[in-house]
Amino acid sequence: MERPVRRPLLELFLSTLYISAFTFGGGFVIITLMKRKFVDELHWIDEPEMLDLTALAQTCPGAIAVNAAILVGWHVAGPAGIAVAVLGTILPPMVILTVISFFYAAFAANRYVALVLQGMQAGVAAVILDVVCGLGEKQLKARSPVHLLIMAGAFAATFFGKVNVICILLTAAAVGAVAALPQRRKGARG
Amino acid sequence: MSILPELFWSFVQVGAFSVGGGYAAMPLIQAQVVESHAWLTMREFTDLITIAEMTPGPIAVNAATFVGIRIAGFAGAVVATFGCILPSLFIVSLLAFVYYRYKSLALLQSVLGALRPAVVALIAAAGLGILKQVVFAGQAMAPQNVQWVGVALFAAAFGILRRRRWSPILVISLCGAGGLALGLLAG
Repeated sequence: MERPVRRPLLELFLSTLYISAFTFGGGFVIITLMKRKFVDELHWIDEPEMLDLTALAQTCPGAIAVNAAILVGWHVAGPAGIAVAVLGTILPPMVILTVISFFYAAFAANRYVALVLQGMQAGVAAVILDVVCGLGEKQLKARSPVHLLIMAGAFAATFFGKVNVICILLTAAAVGAVAALPQRRKGARG
Repeated sequence: MSILPELFWSFVQVGAFSVGGGYAAMPLIQAQVVESHAWLTMREFTDLITIAEMTPGPIAVNAATFVGIRIAGFAGAVVATFGCILPSLFIVSLLAFVYYRYKSLALLQSVLGALRPAVVALIAAAGLGILKQVVFAGQAMAPQNVQWVGVALFAAAFGILRRRRWSPILVISLCGAGGLALGLLAG
């Protein structure tokens, strides 16, 4: 059920602000937090669409978090949504870096800061892998051999082969385009 | 050219050419900030990367804020950050328009269907990469290098998330507190 949200723009701003403040360690972390918030909690976006937006955010130039905020913002409330989501995403790093820039040497060398950050990293790994388990299960249940091959191949290529992410996405897109050809011919005949 | 437009233009270039996010942006930022403008020394740049990794937010936005503040105060931070996200605003909006307009086409459906399992695999690889960092702390993958505090926190967090729908941010914060407590206990 869609939870009625009285002020979607405010909710969008607070959600992106909150998510961005906790996004340690790169674009995929913010994607998993956005999935939990906008797909599982608010039901603003469905799951396949979130994966599509991830692929788009990843292929476009620029920071993945900002790109994802633009896409989610657009989806929720058009241009105003973009402005609100992007602002929510860039405010926390801006404020934090502004403060830290005045005493950065002490911050980087502090032992307590390091301990907290190491602990948080363990939590980040758990959140990402929990989301992956949910998404992976759905792919397995769909039982499409082509898609399972793509998933295994993409994982091996990035994790073991260190192949560029853009190359992997473009290859998967090409496989999808080729797979569409026989369907189209069938459609033309019938 | 005065400093603010120069700063803006430098980060427009960083934003426009860093495909793949995060680590892809680092050499571009270095080229702009250290090599062509000498706004930061290499030492300051290395500190910046360390801080960017320790604080939330995209590396490019962190770098834009840090460099902007240091050379032109708060106005510098705003101008550099805006420059950095401007190319994304154009390119991503254009692609979003195309996506929502044509996503029901059979061809695009098939392409997106093939992209989704690849995205799941990429997220899995990113998660396992972070887990490896948690377990071995950047050292060789050998039993004597295992960080037991990290392993325990990960196992607890993963168990909770799989069974109960706790907020991920609550879980991450608790792990931070747990890391501090266990780290102090371990001496």
